[in-house]
Amino acid sequence: MKNQKCKGMQDLLPEDMLRFRRIEDTFRTCCLSWGYQEVRTPTLEYLHLFTATGTLTPSMLSKVYSFLDWDGWSGERVVLRPDGTIPVARLYTDNLSGQELARLFYVTNIFAFEGTGKENRERWQCGAEFFGGAKLAPDVEIILLAEEVIRRLGISNIALQLSHAGLVKALLKELKLSPGEEAKMTNRILEGNWQALTKAKSTNPEIDRLVAALLGLKGKSSSFLHNIKASFPKASQDFKSSLEDLINVTTLLDKLGCSYKIDIAEIHGFEYYTGVCFQFLAAGEKTGGGGRYDSLVPLMNGEDIPACGFALYVDPIMKLLPLEKEKKGESEILVKGEELTPEIAKTCFAVAESLRDAGHPAELDFMGREESNYRWVVLVSGKEPSPFMLTDRVQKRRRDAASMAEIIKVISEG
Amino acid sequence: MKDYQDGYIKLALPKGRFLSPTASLLAEIDLGFQDYSDKTKQYRLRSARFPGLSAKMLQEKDISIQVAVGNYDLGICGSDWIEEFLVKYPAGALVKISSLNYGEGSIHVVASAEAGIANLSELSARRNDYRIVSEYPNLAEAFALNLRMRRFRIFPVWGAAEAYPPENADLAVLWGRSGADIATQGLIPLKRLLPVTAFLIANRESLENKDLSQILACFSSKITADLPAEAWQAGPQISIENGLNISEELKISRPLWQAKEINLALPDGHQQASTSQFLKRAGLVLQGYSEEVVNRRLSADLDWLGIKVIRPQDMPLQVANGNFDLAITGEDWLLEHLYRFPSSPVKKLFSLGFGTVKIVAAVSQEMPVAEIDELRSLVQSSKFAPLKVASEYINIADRYLRDNHINPYKLIPTWGASEAFLPEDADMLIDNVQTGKTLKQHKLKIIDVLLRSSACLIANKDSLASSDKKEKMDFLTQKLRAGLK
Repeated sequence: MKNQKCKGMQDLLPEDMLRFRRIEDTFRTCCLSWGYQEVRTPTLEYLHLFTATGTLTPSMLSKVYSFLDWDGWSGERVVLRPDGTIPVARLYTDNLSGQELARLFYVTNIFAFEGTGKENRERWQCGAEFFGGAKLAPDVEIILLAEEVIRRLGISNIALQLSHAGLVKALLKELKLSPGEEAKMTNRILEGNWQALTKAKSTNPEIDRLVAALLGLKGKSSSFLHNIKASFPKASQDFKSSLEDLINVTTLLDKLGCSYKIDIAEIHGFEYYTGVCFQFLAAGEKTGGGGRYDSLVPLMNGEDIPACGFALYVDPIMKLLPLEKEKKGESEILVKGEELTPEIAKTCFAVAESLRDAGHPAELDFMGREESNYRWVVLVSGKEPSPFMLTDRVQKRRRDAASMAEIIKVISEG
Repeated sequence: MKDYQDGYIKLALPKGRFLSPTASLLAEIDLGFQDYSDKTKQYRLRSARFPGLSAKMLQEKDISIQVAVGNYDLGICGSDWIEEFLVKYPAGALVKISSLNYGEGSIHVVASAEAGIANLSELSARRNDYRIVSEYPNLAEAFALNLRMRRFRIFPVWGAAEAYPPENADLAVLWGRSGADIATQGLIPLKRLLPVTAFLIANRESLENKDLSQILACFSSKITADLPAEAWQAGPQISIENGLNISEELKISRPLWQAKEINLALPDGHQQASTSQFLKRAGLVLQGYSEEVVNRRLSADLDWLGIKVIRPQDMPLQVANGNFDLAITGEDWLLEHLYRFPSSPVKKLFSLGFGTVKIVAAVSQEMPVAEIDELRSLVQSSKFAPLKVASEYINIADRYLRDNHINPYKLIPTWGASEAFLPEDADMLIDNVQTGKTLKQHKLKIIDVLLRSSACLIANKDSLASSDKKEKMDFLTQKLRAGLK
C-alpha cells in the first residue's frame, strides 16, 4: 500500500525549506535587532486555556484538534495549539510576569481543522508579542517591525489595513441589542460578516449614519478620523475614546511616513483584540496581522498588563517570495573514492573532515554519481606518489595532489 | 452472502425505539421487507418487491456513521444521532432527505434542581468547571462552545445520563419526552436542543451517482408537502441561540438527596439480576434494585452508603473520577478503561465469579484462516488491507491488533452486536460471547480468545487510602466478599 500523507497536512521539501528558512532567518534577525527574545511553547495545551479567555469564537473552537491525553480520565481535554498568541500570553503569565516589559517572538505551527482537505490544517507563523509598556509606541513598533520583515523579504506592494476592535465593540453597544443578540452579532462580525451590522437597524438614526460612514468610507490618513469625530459629536464615550486611540496611532504613522488604509470591515478574526488591529496584504493575500489585546493576560488570571503583537503567515509568504536562485546546498566539493575499500574510505572521510575543518563543506561519494553540481571533485585513489586527483570543474583543470594540505591550499585560493 | 452482495441498493434500518413505527411505514409504502420486525433473528433482509434492494438492521447510533462512510446508500434513524454526527463532521457525506414525521421527545440540556443553575446565562457567565454528562458528547460539546462556557469537561456515557446530576455532573444532555417528564426526575430542563424524529438519510455519493429513484419515490408519499427547509441540507441543525424555555409551571420533583460518605455504583442491564442475587447473598439489603422499572438511586440499610444504578461500561471512568468509591462492573470494561488510561486510579479488588464472558476475535467462516497468525499473513498479502475490525471494545481491540502486528487495520466502533457488521461492513469482530451460539448463527468462527471476563468489584485507589473512608470501605468490601460462593 502506498504511504499517504494525512489529509490537510503538507510536506516541506528541500526547496520549500530554503524559502521557509529565508523567512524565518529574516524574521529572527529583525526581531533580535529590535530587542525581542525568542520563545517556544509546547504543541499541546489544555483546551480550557482557549475557552477560559472567552476570546476564540465557537466556530474556531469547533475546529480545534482536541483529545484526551493518556491520563485524561478526568475529561480534561488537550489541544494541538490552535493559535500562537494565547500560548505565548500564558507563557508570559506563568513565567515572566515579574518583568515590567517583555518583547518575545516565536516561530510556530498552529493547527485548525479545515473541511475540504485542500487547505492546510497545519500552518506556520512568525509572531512577536509586546507585553507591558504604555499604549501607542508599542502599537506602532509592532506595525513597523512586521513591515520591516516583509520589506526585507523583498515582497513589494504591501498594503497595510487598520481597524480598531474597541470601535467595533462600541458600535455594537450603541445598537442596544439583547446580550444574546449582541453575542451572536459579535460572532458574525468576527467571522467577517459585516453585512449583519448594517442590517441590524438601531432605533437611533444617528447610529445607522455612523455605521454607514464607517463601513462605507476608507480613510488614508488621521484626517479621516478627525472628520468622523467632528461629524458624530453625540457618539458614546467608549466610541470616542477608541477613536481617539486610533487617531493617536495614525497620527504617529503619518509622521513616520507609513501609508495605510483605515478599513473597519476588512479585518476579522480579531477575537482577543481590544484596541488597534491591523493586517498586511500582498498580491491580495493576507500575509500577516496583529493588534492590541489588553484583556488577555488579566483573563488568564495574570496582572493587568497591556499587550500587543502580530503574526506573519509563513505559508502565503512562501508563495510570494520573489524568485531567487536559492542555493541548493552548501557543499561545492565532492570527495570520491575510486573504489570502496576500507583504506580508501578511511582516507575519503579524513579528506572531507579536513576540508570541513578548513571551512569548506564537502560531500562524500562512493557510488560514482553525477559530478556536475560541484565546483571541485577530489578523487581518492590511495596510490602513491599522488593518492589524490583534484578537478576544478569551472576552470576545467585537473592536477594530481600529494597531500591534503596541498588540496586545501588550492581550493582556498579558489 | 453472495446474494446479499448482489444487492444493489443498501438500506440501514433501525433496531430499538424506531423499529415498530419504521416497520409500519415500510409496510405502508410497500418496500417488501415483511421480515423487518422485532421478532426477527435475521439482521439481513431482502426486499420481496425490489430485487436490487437489501437492508440490514443496525443500532441507530451506527446508522448515521455507516451511511456517511458509504456502506449503505440510505438509512433511517433518529435526528439526535444524525445531529450528533453532523455537529462533529459537518463536511461528512451524510445528507438528510426528510423527516419521516414520527418520533418522540427532544434532546434537552438539563441541570439538577439541587445545582442552583436556573438558566443558561448563568452558565456562560460563571467561570466554574462544569461537568457535562451525555450519551451525545458531540452535541454536548457544541452546546458548551456555542454558549462560550469558560471551562467544561464532557463525560461521554453509554446511558443513564439522568442519574448523574447533581453529585456526579452539573449538567446532562439527554433525551426526554417533555420538559414536564424531565422535571419529574428532579431535573430542570434548561434548553431544548432538538426534537427527536425519524429521518430518511442518504450517502451523498450514492445520491449524486446512483439511481435510488424507485426507492425514494416510495418514500415520497410520506415526505409531506410541508417538508421543512432543513431537508437536503447537510449542515448540523442544532441551534443554541433561541432563549430559555423553562416553563414557570414545571413542577420539579425534588428527590430527597444528601451526600453520602461512601458511594457504590451497581450495573443495570444484563448484569442486574445476578448482581442482585450476589448482594442478597452478601446480606446487603437494598430497596428497588430488582424491580422491573430501573430505579437509578437505591437506598441500603447502611445510612452512610449512597448507591446509584448506571451502565457497567461507564463505571471505571466514574470511579477514576471519584464519583464512586466502589462499583460492580465487568473485568472487560475495567481493562478497556485501563488500556485507554494506563495510570487511572482504579483498582480491581476481587472477581465476583458471575457474568462470565469470553472476549474473542471472530471472522466469517468463509475466510481461509484458523488463527490470528494466518490472518496476519492474509492482511500482509493485502487481500484484506486494511483489515476492518468491528468492536465495542475499541481500546482492547486496538491493543490486540497492534500486539499481533496486524497492519494496516481500521477500527469500527460499535455499540454491541458487532456480528451484524460481518462480512459486508467489517472483516473481523472483537466482542464478548457467552456460548458462541450467536456467532455460529451468523456463520462466524472464533480465531482467538483474548481474555475471559467476569463481574468484579473495583475501587478508587484514593478512596482506599483515605483515612476518612478506610474503615467503611473495609467494612463494605468484607461484607461483599462474604457473598462470594
